[in-house]
Amino acid sequence: MASRRVRSAGLVRLALYGIGLVPAAVSFVQGATDRLGADPVNVFERTLGLWALRFLILSLCIAPLRDLAGINLLRYRRALGLLAFWYALFHLTAYVALDLGFDLRTLLADVTRRPFIILGMAAFTILAALAATSNGWAIRRLGRRWQALHRWVYAAAICAAIHFVLSFKVIRVETLLYGLVVAALLAFRVWRTAARRGRRRPASAAGRDGGREFPRDDAGEA
Amino acid sequence: AADLAARPGALSNAGLKPTPLRDVTHYNNFYEFGLEKTDPADRSADFQPRPWTIRVDGMVAKPRTYDIDALLARPLEERIYRMRCVEAWSMVIPWIGFALRDLLAEVEPLGSAKYVAFESVVRPSQMPGQGGVLPVLDWPYVEALRLDEALHPLTILAVGLYGQTLPNQNGAPVRLVVPWKYGFKGIKSVVRIRLTDRMPRTSWNVRAPDEYGFYANVNPAVDHPRWSQASERPIGTGGFFGASRQPTLPFNGYGAQVAGLYAGMDLRRDF
Repeated sequence: MASRRVRSAGLVRLALYGIGLVPAAVSFVQGATDRLGADPVNVFERTLGLWALRFLILSLCIAPLRDLAGINLLRYRRALGLLAFWYALFHLTAYVALDLGFDLRTLLADVTRRPFIILGMAAFTILAALAATSNGWAIRRLGRRWQALHRWVYAAAICAAIHFVLSFKVIRVETLLYGLVVAALLAFRVWRTAARRGRRRPASAAGRDGGREFPRDDAGEA
Repeated sequence: AADLAARPGALSNAGLKPTPLRDVTHYNNFYEFGLEKTDPADRSADFQPRPWTIRVDGMVAKPRTYDIDALLARPLEERIYRMRCVEAWSMVIPWIGFALRDLLAEVEPLGSAKYVAFESVVRPSQMPGQGGVLPVLDWPYVEALRLDEALHPLTILAVGLYGQTLPNQNGAPVRLVVPWKYGFKGIKSVVRIRLTDRMPRTSWNVRAPDEYGFYANVNPAVDHPRWSQASERPIGTGGFFGASRQPTLPFNGYGAQVAGLYAGMDLRRDF
């Protein structure tokens, strides 16, 4: 019974990766065959960046879904987070390779001078660190520090949302909505932390509370 | 769009290969119709560019109101120009129009006039982008040039492109084209031209003064705060692998003709 559940969770995860990468694949084929409109590189870049933000947001929805709605999808959170990382990597690669044509001087100038680019790079760097430590070995190795490290996902979400808002010449309803969703998800964390502190008993520790999340997240991964 | 005859202009960049018509008419920034590049083509079908008049007044001896048909009846030239958007993409567009200086000569600017202010039409019922949830820009869209810029022979009022009258999405029925400046200076669907002695407000400069200057001369050495202006993506050169960035030229390649207008100015400050 248990092993069948584990296997089906594995299949769902596999499907998640497969379906999750469809937008990138479709957009790439369209761009390579000149079906992405007049400015294909720009459309491709934006598509990849937007999906990175979407998967990042989805990964942040898992905890409130469990706590508020009682739906436990923790075992899919890592896949969503990794999809966010892969899209961020594709987005950065499209920018450096297709948009800048490997013009490293412009890249360096962008990365050092422009808050818009710096925010995007910060989000990517965080996601890369989280992706690199998302395997079982790193989790065991880092112990309690793993939790602290992976809380940086909130900083990545903030950077990514502002980066998205700044990517247009004017404030758009769409970008504001994404910003609001990120803000709501972070507000939930603040509320949850405060609520937990409020009812913490002498013997119970935040460590146990937090530590509880992770084995479930990892359930069936090994 | 109707056929429009024009003779090749002497100032036309006849050697440049124009961007395909499809891209020129389906990749537009015209926020009166929406924020997406495809919105102007998709959402401008109800726009009525006739009847149309342009009022030319302010510090002039002979203020006049021009009917669009009278403007179309003037001797028209084809001017193939580079167009560089502030967003770091570029096109080559075969405009049809006439020198703004010819029109200004007819109204006789007063000696006190120093600037020329332009105003676009406001028609929320035909221009869906002028409604909307968030205020994008203050309508009407306004732009301006210094008088000597307006009198430069490269500066034209365009009434057509690619041998036809202007499509709605490109600023029908009449728009400004100043090829050495970023595209947003090329105000579309112009209803009023006013000469004045004070530097007029311009829409993007009001919206974000640190990002968009009054002059907005194409300048690879002065970056936009969020991206480099050193190079540009030419539009309509195929998919990912057809397009490659090209260096942006000072004054968009028109420096030999216009750099003198800015002698002694610090173009980093007056960007």
